[in-house]
Amino acid sequence: MTASTSSIASVMAGPAGHRGWRARLAAWRVPLSILALCLLPWLLPSNALAVNVLVYGLLAVGYNLLFGYTGLLSFGHAAFFGAGAYVTGIAIGRFGVPWFAALLLGVAAGAALAFVIGLLSIRTRGIYFSMVTLALSQLVYYTALQASSWTGGENGLRGFTVAKLDILGWSIDFLDPIKKYYVLMVFAAAALWLVSRILNSPFGAVIEAIRENETRARACGYDVERTKLIAFTLSGLICALAGTLFALHLAIVPLDILHYQTSGMIVMMTLLGGAGSFFGPFVGALAFLLMEDVVSLWTSHWQIVVGTVFILFVLFLPKGIWGTLIAWRADR
Amino acid sequence: MNAPLLSVESISRRFGGFIALEGVTAAFEANKVTAIIGPNGAGKSTFFNVLSGVLAPSAGSIRFKGRDITGTPQHRFAHLGIARSYQITNIFPELSVHENVRVAAQAFRARYDIWRNRAVMTELDDRADAALAAVGLGGRRDGTAKFLAHGQQRALEIAIALVADPELLLLDEPTAGMGPEETKEMVALLERLAAERTILLVEHKMKMILGLSDRILVLHHGRLIADGSPQHIQTDPEVRRVYLGQNDGYA
Repeated sequence: MTASTSSIASVMAGPAGHRGWRARLAAWRVPLSILALCLLPWLLPSNALAVNVLVYGLLAVGYNLLFGYTGLLSFGHAAFFGAGAYVTGIAIGRFGVPWFAALLLGVAAGAALAFVIGLLSIRTRGIYFSMVTLALSQLVYYTALQASSWTGGENGLRGFTVAKLDILGWSIDFLDPIKKYYVLMVFAAAALWLVSRILNSPFGAVIEAIRENETRARACGYDVERTKLIAFTLSGLICALAGTLFALHLAIVPLDILHYQTSGMIVMMTLLGGAGSFFGPFVGALAFLLMEDVVSLWTSHWQIVVGTVFILFVLFLPKGIWGTLIAWRADR
Repeated sequence: MNAPLLSVESISRRFGGFIALEGVTAAFEANKVTAIIGPNGAGKSTFFNVLSGVLAPSAGSIRFKGRDITGTPQHRFAHLGIARSYQITNIFPELSVHENVRVAAQAFRARYDIWRNRAVMTELDDRADAALAAVGLGGRRDGTAKFLAHGQQRALEIAIALVADPELLLLDEPTAGMGPEETKEMVALLERLAAERTILLVEHKMKMILGLSDRILVLHHGRLIADGSPQHIQTDPEVRRVYLGQNDGYA
């Protein structure tokens, strides 16, 4: 008995070196990520880029919950990003709803839309799932295009500029880019904490099991469809939050936000950074936006370059930038 | 006579025009090991998939502990007390060996809890370690499952099923693809399990079945053609004709 216990202990001590390093990083991932986001405006050449990395990074974080951790490739996540943005914009511009309530409405609307689209798509698998999510998100796009009296149609939604935020008696100048960045960052930080909490929960273990082997997870006694639907809705909720932050930041909602190119961009950012890694989506958003900024300086066909880089990543670095770095450091 | 743990009443299963299983009736008592044999395409896998809820029967009914469970969704079967392994290794490849079993144990504690930290559920670690020790994988607990040898992966699959503490264990070719040494270890493991559990297994290796099982069912073209003790099955002329003589079944 003692012999077997000690042999187990010695085996545990062996790999504890690199496993321990990863475990420590995982335990500190939320504070470390928030620290990185705090420093972002001072590390990047412009505040505009920092805000974009923040918002698109959060969007990719929401998508990563579904794609990286649950293993479902959705091509329709622009719908939830757009729903959050439009509902927040309409609530403020048309109904004069206070900004914080408008933000909550945007998040709720995006989550509700994700629940409905999830309900319709989750029973299909593989490429069919991707196609159904794509088709349903296109339906949302054309609805927004047609309902131009509400959404502004092709011109986008305007007229809901938030100039000042009143928080518990404080008044913050929302037109000051750096103040705006840190206000938005508070929400991104809260979302990161929530996502980390979900990943650490029993539910987090179940979605990873489904990603690894759906058949086995079902045989273990998990209702796979229901679990996927919850993951889909939570993912949509985080993406909708990114959408509301986007709307508050830009003070307009362009129709493009709902286009399937946005869905494709979300997939690219997540893969570039590292699907299934906690901070990877922010790295992916930064890489994507930097490439767009730099390459579009010398050619308007920047998408060719970004597309090529994306293909090279899928072929040679499937874990993405951040995922590869973590794995490389863990193996040393 | 004791009430059977599991009974099937004239179950059939069709796939379009093809009848994979036709009118099979059988009852299984607790604490017995029953083997299901038959040539390729005899309907063994279909029978197993019906018993584990993967497929609903086209006709007939299944009773478990006296309760009709026909048409119950597959994910409920583990909660009823029926666990299975697969013919092709079916594990969570990227998770650690320990996590493979732990997540299986968790299905009986928390499935939709997105709030608690799962690390505090330490009783799951103990249950997982006990199941791993039972199949002889205690020393590999922290390795990644996909790096285990084939035989160890099969043992891990049995640990995943065992941690549910099932009343009925369905094993689909537990020694498939194993060499003689690995097979020997698996048979020793099955003998240990047989002492305390009700087991149904599909197997091809005849020698192993004869030593291990209390009873053998023979399927052929979707029909049950024989049902009895290993001695009885060995001498049954119908079985010899369709199965044993055909492909050197005694190998």
